[in-house]
Amino acid sequence: MKPRFLIPLGVFAALVVVLIVGLKDSRTVGVLQSPLVGHRIPDWSLPLLNDPNRSLSAQQLRGQWYVLNFWGTWCYACRAEHPVLLAAQRDARVQIIGVDWKDENSDALSWLAQLGNPYAQVVTDKAGDTAINLGVAAAPESFLVNPEGVIVYKEPGVITAQSWKREFLARLPPQSTVPAAAGSGS
Amino acid sequence: MRAVAAAAGLVLTLLLVAAVHPAWAVDAATLSDPVLQARYEGLIHELRCVQCENNSLADSDAPIAADVRRQIRGMLAAGKSDRQIKDYLVSRYSEFILFRPEYSWRNAWLWGLPLVLLLIGAIVAVRIVRQRAALVNEDDADVDALNS
Amino acid sequence: MLPELGHFALVLAMMLAALQGFFGIAGPALGRERWMAATTSAVAGQFVMVATAVGILVYAFVNFDFSVLYVAENSNSALPLMYRIAALWGAHEGSLLLWIFLLAVWTLAVAIVIRRLPEPFAARVLGVLGVLSFGFLLFTLATSDPFKRLIPAAADGRDLNPLLQDPGLAMHPPVLYTGYVGLAVAFAFACAAMLEGRMDPLWARWTRPWTTAAWAFLTCGITLGSWWSYYTLGWGGYWEWDPVENASFMPWLVATALIHSLAVTEKRGLFKSWTLLLAILGFSLSLLGTFLVRSGVLVSVHSFAADPTRGRFILGFLGLVIGGALTLYAWRAPLLKSNAGFDLLSRESFLLFNNILLVVAAATVLGGTLAPLIGDTMGQTSLSVGAPYFRPTFLLAIVPLLLLLSLGIHANWKRGRLEAAAKPLLVTLVVAVVLGAAAVFGFFGGHHALAITGFGIGGWIILSSLVDPIDRARRHISLSRAVLGMTVAHIGLGVAVIALTGVESYTSERDIALAPGGSAEVGGYDFKLLGTRALEGPNYSATQATVVVSREGRVITTLYPQVRDFWVQQQSRKVAGIYNLHGTDLFIALGDDLGAGRWSLRAQIRPLITLLWLGPLFMALGGALALSDRRYRLARADARAPVPGTAHGEAH
Repeated sequence: MKPRFLIPLGVFAALVVVLIVGLKDSRTVGVLQSPLVGHRIPDWSLPLLNDPNRSLSAQQLRGQWYVLNFWGTWCYACRAEHPVLLAAQRDARVQIIGVDWKDENSDALSWLAQLGNPYAQVVTDKAGDTAINLGVAAAPESFLVNPEGVIVYKEPGVITAQSWKREFLARLPPQSTVPAAAGSGS
Repeated sequence: MRAVAAAAGLVLTLLLVAAVHPAWAVDAATLSDPVLQARYEGLIHELRCVQCENNSLADSDAPIAADVRRQIRGMLAAGKSDRQIKDYLVSRYSEFILFRPEYSWRNAWLWGLPLVLLLIGAIVAVRIVRQRAALVNEDDADVDALNS
Repeated sequence: MLPELGHFALVLAMMLAALQGFFGIAGPALGRERWMAATTSAVAGQFVMVATAVGILVYAFVNFDFSVLYVAENSNSALPLMYRIAALWGAHEGSLLLWIFLLAVWTLAVAIVIRRLPEPFAARVLGVLGVLSFGFLLFTLATSDPFKRLIPAAADGRDLNPLLQDPGLAMHPPVLYTGYVGLAVAFAFACAAMLEGRMDPLWARWTRPWTTAAWAFLTCGITLGSWWSYYTLGWGGYWEWDPVENASFMPWLVATALIHSLAVTEKRGLFKSWTLLLAILGFSLSLLGTFLVRSGVLVSVHSFAADPTRGRFILGFLGLVIGGALTLYAWRAPLLKSNAGFDLLSRESFLLFNNILLVVAAATVLGGTLAPLIGDTMGQTSLSVGAPYFRPTFLLAIVPLLLLLSLGIHANWKRGRLEAAAKPLLVTLVVAVVLGAAAVFGFFGGHHALAITGFGIGGWIILSSLVDPIDRARRHISLSRAVLGMTVAHIGLGVAVIALTGVESYTSERDIALAPGGSAEVGGYDFKLLGTRALEGPNYSATQATVVVSREGRVITTLYPQVRDFWVQQQSRKVAGIYNLHGTDLFIALGDDLGAGRWSLRAQIRPLITLLWLGPLFMALGGALALSDRRYRLARADARAPVPGTAHGEAH
C-alpha cells in the first residue's frame, strides 16, 4: 500500500475528530461565551420601574452580591424562567435585580402583579443601550455579580432549578443572605 | 408522552425566537455624512446579528440588531474609528460578532488555509505534469481520433 | 392503522435493503450466481416498500391526520393542499424519508439500465447502494420515525413553518436532494470497481451519464434555493455562505471536477485513481452536508432542529461508509496505473488544473464552514466566519480556473498545440474585454476595474466556447451532443460570471421610510408608496402595500409587497414585490410599521440578475444534452463497445 494513497483516509480521520469534538460541545453552539466574565461589570445606571425619577446603579450595589436578570413581557422564555426566580427569591440567598428590557412600564407592572415579583428592585432599559454595553444578546440573560463588582458568572439563557443550584448558589459564599436594606417589591 | 415530546419541541422553537418582537424593522435611518454612511454600511455588513442564526446586522430584523445599528451610528457620529467600534463590540460579545475573522496570529491558520491549499495544489500539479510529460511517446495514433 | 402500515413498510424496506447489500456484495465475491440475480429483486421490493411508505405519509398529510406526530408538527387544518404535500419534506423526519425515496428511485433506474453490464459489476453497484439505503432506513427507524403517533391526537396542527409556505418549497428540496442523492450512484460505481480490484476500460463511460445527471440536478437545486431565498427572505440576498448552503455547494464543486475527470479517464485511461477519489469525495460531502444540517453542530438559518443524538448516528454512519471507501481506495487505487503521457499545455493538463482548483475551492469552503469547530478544538471558542471570509478565499481558487477555461477547451489531447488556437483566443479575449469596458463606461458606470475584469472573463468564456462550434458549422461538420452540451454548459458558466459581476458591482440598495404619497429615489428609480391595506389568506393575515415604480416620470409598474402573519406559529414572512425590467429586478420589501401610515421599506435595483438564474440553467441544460449523447445509448445496447481512443471521431 503506497503511503500517499492513505492521505485521504488520514485527512478524513482528522475531520471526524473535529466533528466529534463539535458534537460534544454542541450545547454551546450559538451561545456566546461572554468576554466580560471575570471582569468588572461595566458601569450601569437605570431608572426604577416604579419611580422613573430615581435610579439604581452598579455603584450603589457595591459591597453586595446580586443577580442582574434581563427580561421582558414580550419574552416567552422568561415566563418559563419566572417560577425559578420566584423560588430563588423565597430562598433569599441573593437578591435579584430585574432589568425590564425594551418594554412598556405599564405592561411590566401588570405582568409582575399577575405572575409575582421575584425582584428586590426592577429597573428599565427602554433603549437597550445598557443591554448592549453588557453584551446581552437575547432574553432572558442573567449575571452573577460579587461585592467587588466583578461578573463571576453569566447565564446565557433560561435559568433552570438545576442551573440555579449548580452555577449561581455554588458560587455564593456559604452563609450569604439577601441584605436587609434591599427591601422586596418595587 | 408524545404530547410532552411535542411540547418540548414547541418550547425549543419558542426559545429560539424568545426575544423577537412582533414588529419587523427594516432600518431606514441613515447618517447625513456620506463618508460616515459608507463606513456604516460596511460595518453593518461585517458584523453579525447576535440573536440571529446567521445574518449580518444589515440583514436582520431583530430589535437588538436595530439597537446595535443605532449605537454604531452614534459612535460613528462621535468620531470613533471602525477599529474602536469593532473592539467595543468584541469586548462585549466576543469575536463571534465578527463575520470577518480578525487578521491576527491566532487566526493565521484560518486565513492561511486557502493559500496553503493552493500551494499544495500547485505542487501536485507540477509533479504530475512533469511525470506525464516524460511519458509522452511520439506515436499520436492514440489521440488522432480524439483531436479530429 | 395506516401510519402503522407505513412504519411496517419502512421496516420491510430496511430488511430488503440489507438483503440487497448482502447479495450485491457477497454474491460476486463468492461467485454465487443466484445471489447476484436476487439483488435486482431486492431493489424492486425496496422501492415498492419505500414508495408505499411515502404514499401513506402523503395521504396522512392530505387528510389532516393529526394523530401522526410529524403531520401535527408540520401541518394545519388551514394549510393549503400544495403545502400539505410539500410539508412532507418540511422538517427532519420527512426530508429523510425523501432522501430514502430518491435513493430508491435512483437505485431502481440504475438497476434497469445496467442490466446489460457484466453481472458481477452490476451486482456490486446495487449492493453498495443497498448498504447506503440500509443505513438511512436504520437511522430513520431508530431516531426519526415519521410515523410516530401522537396520542391523543392533536386537535389541530402546529402548521408548517411560514418561511416554507411558498412555491419554492415545493420545488427546491426534491430537486436538490435528487442531485445530492444521485452522487451516491457515482460512489457506488467507484466502490464496485474497487471491490472488483480493477477498472473496466468502459467503467468511465458507464459512470459518466449518471454523474452528469446528478450534477445537473444539483445545479438546478442550488439555483432554485438561491432564487427562493432571494424573493422570500425579504432582504434580497441570494447567497449567504451559510453552512447549509455551503453543504450543497461543496458536493457541486467536487461533482464538477468529477465529470471532467471522468472525461479524461474515458478518453485516455488516465486519472483513474483521481476519478475514484473524486467520486468518493463527492458523495462524502453529500453525507457531510446531511450531518451538518441535522446535528446542531453549526449555527445556520436553514438547519433543522438540533439533536446531538441524531448527529452521533450520522457521524458514525459517515465514518463507516467513507472510512470504508477510503480504506478500499488506499488498498486498490495503487493497482490502477497508466503509462500514457501528455504535454504541459495539453487538454489533460488543463483538466488536471481544473480538478485541482475545484478541489482547492471546495476544501477552502469546507475549512471556512468548519472553522468554528476547528477553532473550538484549539480553544478558540468564539470564531465566526461569514461572507467577508468566503468571498476572497473562494475567488482565489476560482478566478484562475475561469481564466484557464478558455485555454483548456482549445487545447488538444496529449499535445496541446495551443499555438494553433492562439489567434482565436487572443481575438476573443480582446473582444470580450472591449465589450466589457463598453458596458461599464457606456452603460453601468463606476466600479471600473473589477467590473471590466468580471465582464471580460465571462465574455471570454462565452466567445471562446463558440469558436469551435462555429468553425465546425462553417465546415459543415456536425456537432455531437456531447460537444454541444459542453459548449452550452460553458456558455452558461460565462453567463453566470457576467451576472455575478453585474449584481455584485451594480446593485443599488436602500432602506427608506415612506408615508402614503411619499416617494424616494433608489438607483435611478422612484418608489412611491400609495398606501397599505389588510387582507386575509387561507392561514394568515397580511398587510399589503401598493408601491408605484417609475423612472424619469414614466410609470413602469406597480408592486404589492406583503408581510404575512401566520396565525398558528405567530411568525411573519415577507413576500417581496419584484418586477423584471430587461433583466434587471426592481425589488421592494415591506419593513416596519412606523405608525401613522408610515412604513419602512427595502428597495433594491438588481441589474443582470435574470442572468444569474439563466446561467446555471444553461449549465444544467448542457449537462442534459451531454448525457443524451449517442455513445451512451450505444454503450447500453452493446456493453462491449470499442475501447477509448478509437473510432467514433469525437473531439470531446
